[in-house]
Amino acid sequence: MKHKVAVTINGRKHEHEVEARLLLVHYLRDVVGLTGTHIGCDTSQCGACTIHVDGKAIKSCTMFAVQADGRNLTTIEGLAKEGKLHPIQQAFWDEHGLQCGYCTPGFIMAAAYLLEQNPNPTEDEIRRGLEGNLCRCTGYVNIVKSVQSAAKVMGGASTTAGRSAVTAGGE
Amino acid sequence: MIPAAFEYAKASSVDEAVKLLDRLGEDAKVLAGGHSLIPLMRLRLAQPKALVDINGIKGLDHIEVKGSKLHVGALARHVQIHSSQTVKESLPILAEVAAEVGDNQVRNMGTMGGVIAHGDAAGDYPTLALMLDADIVTNKRTIPARDFFKDIFTTALAANEIVTEVVFPVANGPHKYIKFRRRLFDWAIVGAAAQKVDGHWRVGLTNVGPTPVRAKAVEDALAKGAKPEEAAQHASDGLNPAGDLRASPEYKKHLARVLTKRAIEQAQ
Ligand SMILES: Cc1cc2nc3c(=O)[nH]c(=O)nc-3n(C[C@H](O)[C@H](O)[C@H](O)COP(=O)(O)OP(=O)(O)OC[C@H]3O[C@@H](n4cnc5c(N)ncnc54)[C@H](O)[C@@H]3O)c2cc1C
Ligand code: FES
Ligand code: FES
Repeated sequence: MKHKVAVTINGRKHEHEVEARLLLVHYLRDVVGLTGTHIGCDTSQCGACTIHVDGKAIKSCTMFAVQADGRNLTTIEGLAKEGKLHPIQQAFWDEHGLQCGYCTPGFIMAAAYLLEQNPNPTEDEIRRGLEGNLCRCTGYVNIVKSVQSAAKVMGGASTTAGRSAVTAGGE
Repeated sequence: MIPAAFEYAKASSVDEAVKLLDRLGEDAKVLAGGHSLIPLMRLRLAQPKALVDINGIKGLDHIEVKGSKLHVGALARHVQIHSSQTVKESLPILAEVAAEVGDNQVRNMGTMGGVIAHGDAAGDYPTLALMLDADIVTNKRTIPARDFFKDIFTTALAANEIVTEVVFPVANGPHKYIKFRRRLFDWAIVGAAAQKVDGHWRVGLTNVGPTPVRAKAVEDALAKGAKPEEAAQHASDGLNPAGDLRASPEYKKHLARVLTKRAIEQAQ
């Protein structure tokens, strides 16, 4: 039996009929065609699939697409605005926060949620805030630097810009 | 991997969920936060025929103090529990434990009821529920925590029984939960909790057997005036933990003693 899912993704409405067992990450990648959200494990541990559902960071491999019915989703594709990278994306570029880049979309989405909750985190708070994401390449040092640098750029007045990009999810 | 096919139904009340479970039969399961069930389904270690999604039931995520009890709704998520002012004031150890369950993404989804009903030996809330004599309330009855956890992944719940809330005593005296693990987001290799209730220590252990353990021998020794390090020697009395990839039985027993000592000493 198929079920209806109507969701808003990065500001655009989508409606499909899906099987109940379809994982949200497979829906995003295979049905909607948004392949920026990655799959890195089978055990809900790596965080590569992190997106925002109604503003909260979640692992899209650990939710069924049917559960997202009526919700507002933001994926990595929804962060950049009018061709301009989101400050966290720019910071990962500037600070070399990635090597192979496989984990990066998940880290950026987790970092966006973290900075939303705590715009001025300490190094320890950044490491804790990103505990649900694994990277096999960088050793995390430059990821932490990237988040620190993004926090600075987003601090004060420009926080709201970063914030609306995250929660309103790109028009 | 891709889970096996199943029938999916959303419930908007506890009554409706019970009716759906009755209709869908023994192989139907409740879906709450999904953070234990979906990983098992992806590995096909679980292949329920049907899922009854209870996330849409209103009023099951309450957190409130009534008299000397803290009521935590089954759908209260870890993030709500650790950030709740009510929990911080009435049972701070629970807020501290919730902050250490999994990671941010897990805490945004996982629920109190899910951890309790799943009955994983490494679950953190069951240890607190047992040592604090909490009550597990279902649509049918109230089950004291000491009668609830039967074996690994096995509880007193019937197939069509739904946890609606967990009722803890208010306790805001000295307390500490120490979770020993290799990576931040991991489950406990061993966990030890100490909480003073009405002048007496309660001590509980996580992941040292098929169910949570209340360390009565440690509590009794402390009541007789033993120092923490002496009392903690009893933490491994009667334990027979299974070894796993991360720890041998001997190592777990060692951790039980060391962490119990630290939990009592660091309690505040
Ligand atoms: C990476 C990762 C790390 C984790 N680390 C920890 C940890 O350190 N400590 C810890 O305790 N947990 C940990 N967890 C597990 C997490 O806390 C789960 O959320 C929890 O174990 C299950 O709760 P849930 O709401 O997700 O339940 P679900 O996965 O939806 O359900 C679990 C089981 O309980 C049943 N169930 C759920 N709700 C009810 C109800 N109200 N009534 C009757 N039956 C019900 C379901 O049918 C199912 O059998 C981790 C999970 C992941 C993915
Ligand atoms: S794919 Fe690894 S946590 Fe989702
Ligand atoms: S950059 Fe390669 S996994 Fe993180």
